[in-house]
Amino acid sequence: MIEREHFRWPLLPTPFTARIEAANPRRSWMGWAGHLSPATLDNVEQEYFAIRNQATLFDISPLHKYRIKGPEAEAFCNRLVTRDVRKLAPGRVSYVLWCDDRGKVIDDGTLFRLAADEFRLCAQERHLLWLQDSALGFEVRIEDVSEEVAGLALQGPTSCAVLKTMGLASVEMLKPFAIAEFPFEGAGLAVSRTGFTGDLGYELWLRPEAALRLWDRLTEAGRFLGLRPIGWHAVEIARIEAGFLLVGIDYLPADHVLRANRARSPFELGFEKLVDFGKGHFNGRNALLEERAQGGGRWRVVGLDVAGNKPAAHALLYTGRSREIGQVTSAVWSPTAKKNLAIASIERGFADGRRPIWADIYVQKELKWSRSEAPCRIVERPFWNPPRRWAVPAGDR
Amino acid sequence: MNRPDAIVVGGGHNGLACAGYLARGGMKVLVLEAEGRLGGMARTVELGEGFRIPEIAHLLHLLHPRVESELRLAQHGLALAAADLPTVALEPGRQPLLLSSDPAAAEGLAVADRESWRALRDRLVRFASALEPFRGEPPPRLGSSASRADLTRLARMGWAIRSLGREEMRELLRIIASNVADLVEDEISDPLLQGAIAFDAVLGTGFGPRAPGTVLTLLYRLAGSVAGRPGALALPKGGMGRVADAIGKAAEAAGAQLRLNARVERVLVEDGRAAGVALEGDERLDAPIVVSNLDPKRTFFDLVGPAHLDTGFLRRIANFRARGTTAKLNLALDGLPEASGIERRHLMGRIVIAPTVVMLERAADAIKYKRHSEQPAIEAVIPSLHDPDLAPPGKHVLSAIVQYAPPELAGGWNEPARQHFADLALSQLDAALPGLKSLVRARQLLLPQDIARMSGASGGHWHHGELAIDQMLMLRPAPGAQQYATPIEGLYLCGAGCHPGGGVMGAAGMNAARRILAGEGRA
Repeated sequence: MIEREHFRWPLLPTPFTARIEAANPRRSWMGWAGHLSPATLDNVEQEYFAIRNQATLFDISPLHKYRIKGPEAEAFCNRLVTRDVRKLAPGRVSYVLWCDDRGKVIDDGTLFRLAADEFRLCAQERHLLWLQDSALGFEVRIEDVSEEVAGLALQGPTSCAVLKTMGLASVEMLKPFAIAEFPFEGAGLAVSRTGFTGDLGYELWLRPEAALRLWDRLTEAGRFLGLRPIGWHAVEIARIEAGFLLVGIDYLPADHVLRANRARSPFELGFEKLVDFGKGHFNGRNALLEERAQGGGRWRVVGLDVAGNKPAAHALLYTGRSREIGQVTSAVWSPTAKKNLAIASIERGFADGRRPIWADIYVQKELKWSRSEAPCRIVERPFWNPPRRWAVPAGDR
Repeated sequence: MNRPDAIVVGGGHNGLACAGYLARGGMKVLVLEAEGRLGGMARTVELGEGFRIPEIAHLLHLLHPRVESELRLAQHGLALAAADLPTVALEPGRQPLLLSSDPAAAEGLAVADRESWRALRDRLVRFASALEPFRGEPPPRLGSSASRADLTRLARMGWAIRSLGREEMRELLRIIASNVADLVEDEISDPLLQGAIAFDAVLGTGFGPRAPGTVLTLLYRLAGSVAGRPGALALPKGGMGRVADAIGKAAEAAGAQLRLNARVERVLVEDGRAAGVALEGDERLDAPIVVSNLDPKRTFFDLVGPAHLDTGFLRRIANFRARGTTAKLNLALDGLPEASGIERRHLMGRIVIAPTVVMLERAADAIKYKRHSEQPAIEAVIPSLHDPDLAPPGKHVLSAIVQYAPPELAGGWNEPARQHFADLALSQLDAALPGLKSLVRARQLLLPQDIARMSGASGGHWHHGELAIDQMLMLRPAPGAQQYATPIEGLYLCGAGCHPGGGVMGAAGMNAARRILAGEGRA
């Protein structure tokens, strides 16, 4: 229900805001899906290194969450997304994307199979209308449960140890992309081994009323395990190192673009492995078959290793003297890989890396702009992929 | 028949016409009709012993001349009991207004209106005739999917309008998207004539005469012709059922096989292609081509199912407006009403009760509030006057289209509500034809939901979907299925939910068959 005075609060608090506020003396907030989200709590490097060496808390409650429930929930999801949802067992999570009729990606997200007839879809953007229209003719009920479920990302190499210290028995046996339910303070706590950092980590889901108690219990359990809250900027470095695409940054939702050619297909985003043509019909299948027959779209998303140490954010990419072939959408100096990384969209014909590519980087030093032409090398993503991310049992010390 | 080349789902007149053309094109065709008889909305049924009446549709005026001649319907039993029915507009206490397809022969008009009626009618018929040829071919696609043929058709359409001449083209473009009330109020001074013209524009639709686009629906109605006479109205001998029967016989003669009592439950889709149909009772029939005579919603939601179609496409189909608000009142009469000033030749015409534009607008207004019209507008014919076989000697049947009755009446359509509405319609008729009420020996009221149930058409809409500018030509029923082909390879539409729409026309079936025979594949 929207309150009458809602305009006074353009950014709403989340169930964790009370604790984050205390950890955010500089009042460094940003907006995320209409909610307060911390940008940098004290120092972005310290926060980033906590992701890679300790454990971190990041509030993911603003994610849009949809409950999909009913006898035909599986058929509904299978028609919605490009992967085969029939293969997703209850208690498992799948990284999915979904397309419009033209085969252009609307968004990507995580699909939780909570039961044979119940799913939860988590996404960056709002999709209630698309999901409800997609439900026409299916025996399924779609609900926006964003406000009913609080989410907290616990990421980093000691994250499993934090959960064990808190008393979650055998949590180390949880496989990547699995969900488990634990009793917590008289209510349930769902733990999924998922995350946005490309490292060992978990996402914790529970009723908003119990959110602050969870935060306190985790803080207590993590006292000697280096646990600390972090802001978005640190997550963003880890996200690029992990090679994950972010909707709105690396590509735009197909239902948002005004210029039809700005939308991207799964092929163009490098997700052809997530498209299952053998599973029967799904949204955009006809268009994608046609696109595939013609080579698979005009663009390719690639990972770049850029020479030098100046992040190539938004740089145009060239080949030869001045042939423009694309542009960088995300870039960062990776403190862990010790590389200058970038995610870029380039024309398909240049994605094999046989032609030299260079980035046109502009840097300002004490009010003076300088320009460099930095050679780029196409490299595999993820840029950084530690064994501990996939290990079962997970490292718990 | 061993495996057919094409299965047509639904034995309405369009399905049968499509089957006839496909069979003539050399295909092995099987038509599956759920009911025990053909005809869909064009059927003749019994109403008490010895009385037969056109169940839903009752006038023949839009039948495409090519369907009639190419399928040789005359040889297969189609004959007319009346070829040029005049329209008789009635208002209690006034001499009937008699309008025939020749506007100069109008009776009951003041001198001033005689000339303006002639000019208006001539002009409208000219406009309608310019647009008429596009009924007989698929609508042009626009945008990147347009082929050379599409562009040619589009250019021809533009040329047809341009070649009306500069003044006429301007006038057509001025009025084409406007409302019929403005048109008649500008051109005509007699309220009864205004009402009669406006009625033709909204007949069978959910619009009132002040709704934009109602000039277009009027032109649509005038685009038909009988025996070369544009805008004429005819009654088939033996009732409307004869039309469907004749098309069915023509299809059979061409080699199509018709099967009754075969209710299709699903269209089978395998790997994005139509593979056949599943019938009630676990029977499966395979065919590489399936043609649906059913309306778009039934076809895509019930027969195909959402799992085989894209969300955006289905959303457009779901939003296809197909809410019927037209009811049918069928009466068996013990005799003819005898009233002073009303002659037999008046009763032999098409009787219209819509005395003013305001009355018609009020009648339409009610449906916005889930009420039925308190003073329904009515089109009535007494086919037994032309075709004595339809009733015992001295007795008659009266078939009336009654507007407006929303399917979702506030308070619900319980039995008293139905009786009340039928009484209202009967009172309207009785006021115009005094004595009629006492002659009624049997009556049958069909509300849109009854029509939906009987014919299978979603919402019970006579045209399978509202005829409006945003649901015509390449927008009918929706982009992605605008040329009879659908997103599913091998599945086609051939019903009134496609261009050029409803009315007993047969053009959708003919156009669909031509598209299928051309073998262009998926939409």
